[in-house]
Amino acid sequence: MNKTRIRVLVGKPGLDGHDRGAKVIARALRDAGMEVIYSGLHQTPEQLVEAAIQEDVDLIGVSVLSGAHMTIFPRIKELLKEQNAEDILLMGGGTIPEEDIAELIEAGHVEALFTPGATTTEIVSWIRERVKSYE
Amino acid sequence: MNKDALDQWLARLFERDRRATAKLISWVEDDIQRAYIMRSVLKETGKQMVVGITGPPGAGKSSLVEALTTLYRSNNERVGIVAVDPSSPYSGGAILGDRIRMQAHGTDRDVFIRSMGTRGHLGGVTRSTSDILRILEGGGYGRLLLETVGVGQSELEIMQMADTVVVVLNPGTGDGIQAIKAGIMEVADVFVINKADLPGAERMKGDIEMMLNLSCDGLGWRPPVVLTSVTNGTGVETLFEKIEAHQTYMKTSGLRDERCKHRLRKQVWRHWEDKLQATFEDVWETAQQKLGDIEKEDPYEVAAALWAERFKGG
Amino acid sequence: MSNNFLSWKANYDTLKERKGPFFTVSSVPIDPLYAPGHTVDIDYQRDLGNPGEYPYTRGVQANMYRGRLWTMRMFAGFATATESNERYKYLLSQGQTGLSVAFDMPTIMGYDSDHPRAYGEVGRVGVAIDSLQDMETLFQDIPLDKVSTSMTINAPASILWAMYIVAAEKQGVPANKLTGTIQNDILKEYIAQKSWIFPPDPSMRLITDIFKFSKDNVPKWNTISISGYHIREAGSTALQELAFTLADGFAYVEAGIKAGLDVDDFAPRLSFFFNSHTDFFEEIAKLRAARRIWARHMKGKYGAKNEKSLLLRFHTQTAGCSLTGPQMENNIVRTAYQAMAAVLGGTQSLHTNSMDEVLALPSEKSVQIALRTQQVLAYETGVTNTIDPLAGSYFVETLTNQMEEGAEEYFRRIDELGGVLGAIRENFFQQEIADAAYRYQKEIESKDRIIVGINGFVNEKKDDKMELLKIDPEVERAQVRKLIALKQSRDNIHVQTTLTDLKEAAEGSDNLIPKIMDSVRAYATEGEIIAVLKDVFGEYREQAVF
Repeated sequence: MNKTRIRVLVGKPGLDGHDRGAKVIARALRDAGMEVIYSGLHQTPEQLVEAAIQEDVDLIGVSVLSGAHMTIFPRIKELLKEQNAEDILLMGGGTIPEEDIAELIEAGHVEALFTPGATTTEIVSWIRERVKSYE
Repeated sequence: MNKDALDQWLARLFERDRRATAKLISWVEDDIQRAYIMRSVLKETGKQMVVGITGPPGAGKSSLVEALTTLYRSNNERVGIVAVDPSSPYSGGAILGDRIRMQAHGTDRDVFIRSMGTRGHLGGVTRSTSDILRILEGGGYGRLLLETVGVGQSELEIMQMADTVVVVLNPGTGDGIQAIKAGIMEVADVFVINKADLPGAERMKGDIEMMLNLSCDGLGWRPPVVLTSVTNGTGVETLFEKIEAHQTYMKTSGLRDERCKHRLRKQVWRHWEDKLQATFEDVWETAQQKLGDIEKEDPYEVAAALWAERFKGG
Repeated sequence: MSNNFLSWKANYDTLKERKGPFFTVSSVPIDPLYAPGHTVDIDYQRDLGNPGEYPYTRGVQANMYRGRLWTMRMFAGFATATESNERYKYLLSQGQTGLSVAFDMPTIMGYDSDHPRAYGEVGRVGVAIDSLQDMETLFQDIPLDKVSTSMTINAPASILWAMYIVAAEKQGVPANKLTGTIQNDILKEYIAQKSWIFPPDPSMRLITDIFKFSKDNVPKWNTISISGYHIREAGSTALQELAFTLADGFAYVEAGIKAGLDVDDFAPRLSFFFNSHTDFFEEIAKLRAARRIWARHMKGKYGAKNEKSLLLRFHTQTAGCSLTGPQMENNIVRTAYQAMAAVLGGTQSLHTNSMDEVLALPSEKSVQIALRTQQVLAYETGVTNTIDPLAGSYFVETLTNQMEEGAEEYFRRIDELGGVLGAIRENFFQQEIADAAYRYQKEIESKDRIIVGINGFVNEKKDDKMELLKIDPEVERAQVRKLIALKQSRDNIHVQTTLTDLKEAAEGSDNLIPKIMDSVRAYATEGEIIAVLKDVFGEYREQAVF
């Protein structure tokens, strides 16, 4: 199949408004030639998953800085499963302690997590690699 | 993808499956099996009218789309929305943020919102937009809204997609003058002055009415000018009524058929254009190898010489 | 320009210069040398003045830290009111002199703990306060006439403030004895922090209602803390932080005057809150320039007569956004430099970040190190022995002047857009900040800017595991149970009556604070009060720019 553009939904679940990371990522992905659907702040997992389906994205990227990562990521994955949309990848970023990262990834609640300090280049190449490999 | 699988996705589309709707839109957008998909879709669709909403960035188009959608939903009608934003000319990527202002319908399964980048198409509306609207129709969305950012020429393109064109402007921004310059006076079926609570709204309305006095001959449709404020919800119902009135006018006057015919001709032309361009790119590939042989610097002369060489004549 | 300087420059140009680039953390280029006649022309009386004298460049008090050290105020609050109360009592016993309350996200956004949107967020980043009952628990056995309390709350500030006043009332402490600060700065929410509820106009009304109520009833309270901190955390430069914050400050002054107050009736209660980032001299220059600009505008443009109206008093927090996850202990060092810049900039109070705040709420141990950082600064380094020791430095004075000029240029652009609210509508601030944040990120990725432990001096082996504070999910369930019990035990008819009264007042133009206090006294919850106000005021919608 000849996919011409990677599409990514970038959103901020939860109540905090720290969107610096999400916006920098959105801009970097655009500059890497991807189509970024920005769903904005204060999204519920339900809103994110519905948007991901309608927009037919390859990947959802969310940043969580409110400490609610242990509830948000599993919830998004669960909703994707309910909608038969497990092929949509989930990537996250934010202030997430290492042991929580390990737990979330091992449990399959998220495909990748990037903490402060990760470069946009790293994130872009991770996305390219993953989206290519499942096409 | 094999045809059987595709047929299954198409069947799911007509069963109003949202994933199928979304996937088929992507394939058409990416030009994968596009003709095959559209052959099925167009058989079943084409009845529903499209409302195009355009205007400068920040005019409040998405909020108006959201407010109109709320009205349609209160009549229990299903709404399909396509929101087009410009792609970056450098990377080809895009940030599409129109959903932010349509959140009231974010989890309503009877509303389908799809964001698109222009992907390098100059007109501001992508080549596949009208196909995508028809896929939404096929997915059971009876009300079709198309939002594009209007930066001048693209308003002319939206004409070809929409049966009713709504042009959204803001008071006190010079939008009015820009609108006249860009030639959208001729395009608009309905004018909206949004953020009408800001100063200058009435004056802007006056200016537009005056222009319309000059350009309308008193026969046929005279575009109404509607004042709206999405923050307190005023004027949205009037807008709804004016759109309805225009659509009735389009049907009864026979203009809709005329626009449909025009649209068909334009689409066929586009397909030709695509094919010709693709063919011509191959021709160019070989022709340009001889570029080095021509010892001239004037591009006009170089072009003429190459052309003569390739096509054996002027 | 003296010939001396020119000959030095000629010599310098022949010498090797290491790979720079030489720019501040805000990407402002810096010269190799600042010298007399080269860049800065200072008139001592006009531009600096003695400490405590106009234009207050050197400090707002005549004696500064020779009189009293800054207030060491550590921001804290987590989980439940009971646990936070214990933390406060511990901090007070450790020599902390003021309290600073961090609320959880549901409280900040006006949702009760049992609201679906609060799910997973109760007590996570601060304390959950649903009603007066929680506020009473939070300050149990802490005499509210003896401590000053700073509350980081904005959109629902009027409600949390009302709860505090009523909690004090129940302790027998009258409102006119209360000291403290509510952040209450809604403009920077639209600009940077994004914790808004209502649209700008009704939000500004709530703020001026607070100004009026405070003037008559809670005169020692700082009714607003005009905050650059969050603007900086959102990615702005130092200059943008300075200019946007002061522009917000002037907007509040204009709103107060428009609401019928005399500028001197409320301006003395305005306070500020700045960030202190790692670029040492740039931060000091920013803080010195802030005082001077504020004094000049308040006197010249707004005609303030009371000297206190001219004083820009501020709290500083070290830059959370400068902290790194890898090699977390390095954050102690960053924070120490940032704290010293804040003190050399003349701050009135200071929060030093704990090294682990980049990943979680700080542990008790890391909070102690952060507090000790301030104590070492205050008692060991000697920087407090003399007032504004960097005044007269060619470099610092040049930077200070550049800050002022740059801010004035921004004020002009903001005016052209119709003031702060107009500029917010036009996404001016948001775009400026997004561009600066993106540029900073690109500088790091291209290694034009080196961040130790991130793109330079990276450790091959993994960091030692750090003990992080964990919030037990049971906290949320317990808080919800408590809320349900409250809703069953209170007089619900009375609650409804006060809420109906509040709604009527909101539709009219009466001061809302007394009405909110009535609802609070009846144990109406924050979420219930917000719902009533949303009904009348509507909700704000984000405008995203990149």
